[in-house]
Amino acid sequence: MTDQPPIYELSSPGRVGVDLPALPADGRDLTDLLPADEVRTDLPLPEVSQIDVVRHYVRLSQKNFSIDTDMYPLGSCTMKYNPKVNELTGRLPGLAAVHPLQADSQVQGCLELLTRLEEMISEIAGFPAVTLQPAAGAQGEFVGMMLIRAHQLRKNAPRTKVLIPASAHGTNPATASMCGYESSAIPNGADGEIDIDAVRDAMGPDIAAVMMTVPNTLGLFESRIQEVCDLAHAAGALVYCDGANMNAMLGRVRPGDLGIDVMHLNLHKTFSTPHGGGGPGAGALCASDELAPYLPVPRVVADPAGGFARSTDFPHSIGRIQGHMGNFGNLVRAYTYIRSLGAEGLREISDIAVLNANYLRVKLRDVYDLPHDRVCMHEVVFSGRRQKAHGVRTLDIAKRLIDFGFHPPTVYFPLIVEEALMIEPTETESRETLDRFIAAMRAIAAEVETDPQRSLDAPLSTPVGRLDEATAARKPDLRYRPPE
Amino acid sequence: MSYVPNTARDQRLMLEAIGAPDLDSLFADIPAGVRDPELDLPPALSEMDVVDHLQDLANRNRDLTQQISFLGGGWYDHYVPAFVDQLLLRSEYYTAYTPYQPEVSQGTLQTIYEFQSFICDLTGLDVANASMYDGGSALAEAMALALNVTRRSRVLVADTVDPNYRRIAETYLEPLDASCEVVRNWNLAAGGALGEDMRPFTVAIDETTACVVIQRPNFFGWLEDVGEVVAAAHAAGALVIVVADPVTLGVLRPPGEICADIAVGELRHLAGPPSFGGPGAGYFATTSEHVRRVPGRIVGRTTDGQGRPGYVLTLQTREQHIRRERASSNICTNEALIALAATIHLAGLGRNGLRHLAELSIRHAHAAIESEWPTGYAVATERPLVREFPVHCPAPAVEINAQLREQDIIGGLDLGNEWPELSDYLLCAFTEKTGPAAIAALHEALPAAAR
Repeated sequence: MTDQPPIYELSSPGRVGVDLPALPADGRDLTDLLPADEVRTDLPLPEVSQIDVVRHYVRLSQKNFSIDTDMYPLGSCTMKYNPKVNELTGRLPGLAAVHPLQADSQVQGCLELLTRLEEMISEIAGFPAVTLQPAAGAQGEFVGMMLIRAHQLRKNAPRTKVLIPASAHGTNPATASMCGYESSAIPNGADGEIDIDAVRDAMGPDIAAVMMTVPNTLGLFESRIQEVCDLAHAAGALVYCDGANMNAMLGRVRPGDLGIDVMHLNLHKTFSTPHGGGGPGAGALCASDELAPYLPVPRVVADPAGGFARSTDFPHSIGRIQGHMGNFGNLVRAYTYIRSLGAEGLREISDIAVLNANYLRVKLRDVYDLPHDRVCMHEVVFSGRRQKAHGVRTLDIAKRLIDFGFHPPTVYFPLIVEEALMIEPTETESRETLDRFIAAMRAIAAEVETDPQRSLDAPLSTPVGRLDEATAARKPDLRYRPPE
Repeated sequence: MSYVPNTARDQRLMLEAIGAPDLDSLFADIPAGVRDPELDLPPALSEMDVVDHLQDLANRNRDLTQQISFLGGGWYDHYVPAFVDQLLLRSEYYTAYTPYQPEVSQGTLQTIYEFQSFICDLTGLDVANASMYDGGSALAEAMALALNVTRRSRVLVADTVDPNYRRIAETYLEPLDASCEVVRNWNLAAGGALGEDMRPFTVAIDETTACVVIQRPNFFGWLEDVGEVVAAAHAAGALVIVVADPVTLGVLRPPGEICADIAVGELRHLAGPPSFGGPGAGYFATTSEHVRRVPGRIVGRTTDGQGRPGYVLTLQTREQHIRRERASSNICTNEALIALAATIHLAGLGRNGLRHLAELSIRHAHAAIESEWPTGYAVATERPLVREFPVHCPAPAVEINAQLREQDIIGGLDLGNEWPELSDYLLCAFTEKTGPAAIAALHEALPAAAR
């Protein structure tokens, strides 16, 4: 595929790609309407015709790997099929052409949808209260930890530290810092689960919360999670759960039933609102009754006069975290998805997501090291250390996989696994696709022993080869500038 | 509808390969007492039925296509050309994720690089990130950067900054041992006109001030005279953060030229219909001095081993997945697809189209300003207006809006929601959709609305 130059290089003076209504011809200049010194003299945007704009962005799209291209087993990201009907409902003018500041009486459909979605998520996750406000999982985490903070401040019992397993996503410690907490790492035990004795030893009156990930980032269900919750609660701490991995648990367990106090769900993962090339996401947050008073505003409430209303009348709320009612367009898609599937369909998702991951586990464990060889949940984490002995790193395996037509798994995460390869197939891949993936992974493992250079040179099938990231960081070129 | 391709036969074959007797056995790690709950959810709907159901919910709204709307308040109803959404439906974009593997993500990466370039062009600043959740969270992150850079604890925000942005920022700042003070920088004259008073703002700036935040045009729609505030802030070693609407930046002097250190704003109205307030996308731009403290993803241009140009996520040591508890923000997923829509629209508009689009809004607003308003109604400021302005009404705005709705007109934002003393004021916004015919319809409806 040929290089597609920056759009600026398609510019030619006088071209325009849109057809706007004519300006009123009243003979006046803009400086007759605005103070002359407030009007800009230069705007260096390119000038491109519509066909050139369309071709440019179509050609660029063709340089992307996507779920609709082939299997995208990026661990912890739940890259499942995004049903097309969700794109249709998300674009219905009656839902999309709605201004957030319209009167409640004009947006009853939106408010009802939000209410029904909150109710369904509450039922699925097992928590009495839900907010759909967070724009992403990380913002959900932030809100969740802010609820804990607000609760402990209100009880005049502020605490300073948060316990986080060493296997956690980087967002967890970053979130703790944003909320003013120090974080302290808890090791994982030999079985891959959190070291319960370490939790017990670390627990104390300064601990605000434990931030857990269930299933954890090794793809393992934390079988002692109830014990963690009991330890925390006995010491006056609360338990946050990163729900990025809910795709493993639908209809199999409701995290709220485990004793967890607050948890976010990534609707763009579990409920298939598309990932969008890096957002928008949606990070619904579920909370216990104890934490519900602190949820962000505005909230949707039943209007005593009938119907639904938005209310900010929650005196203990942490306040506003989003301009309006969350990423509504994504919420329409998640609602469509859940209504399409029902309880049985949701449970099938997790059953098959877990089946598919375990199938990969048994079919690859003889050629890749498996640090924790036990039944996994929705994802399986291998180590590339056997291949490293041949001079091929996990990154090289990832790049070689591209030549076989697959998106690489998540690599080098979790940090506690050397040369980690974190593979999440999701429920929407067929047995045949998994078999093709297994064949590719096995072929790479064999090739590493006979011809490691192939992996070191990979990928060879892409528009560009491996890029010089060191120079990119040392001499940042972050915007287009015309050639001198 | 099930999206699972594996049939019962596939499942049996796979379970055999795994050596598991059944699916239940794969979930044995879940404590028995809580395993396998019955979920009480509405029954599954076929695709046709789910579309009908969503259409039914949509029908319970009264949407913008069914009425004339003068609602703005930071969220504008612009016409977005057909090619933008058509391109957004390329599933190579919307079913990809964050471009962690650059060799198979050059499409997304190059579009982000172009987006960053457009934002730099619009704002007159050196560096922009790949987008934030929305304008409000972009402002919160800008304040966090200022607190971090200056190691000071006080943030001063003009009362004329979007109230939602202020509230979001207050939530983010609450745990940070910083104070967020709102400075009243406007006044209400005896005749009902809104005036400007930047003096309290200038006076409030001191050596503990990390940053000052202003908005252009301000929430009431006028261009504040910010020269002294900017000079005072910089003299005190504080940063200047400007909230700016990207559409009117097509004609207005960019934040970089008024010496802003950071500019933030909302891009939704360049990307598509208002979508009940989300997803939006915030932009974040700053000077090269602060590049290594910028939150979120940044894309850089580089080359591969053969010297071919390509794009990568860069400066990642700022970010949570590497820096963990020392990261300044936890943001990872941002609003790439909305930023892409804005990028495609801006590429189509170009320098002349964006200016034209901004000018349509401005000329429509000024036609309304200069028009004869019905008795009792008046444009309520003498300040230089752009595309939005307060209207003083002869009755509470809430009542006038209720009457106008009966005639399929959304009169504007009731300013009394935020400022109780302005309960007789409507904030009316103009776009290319609200030309002379819409203004005439408003004028015709207003006299009856006040009765």
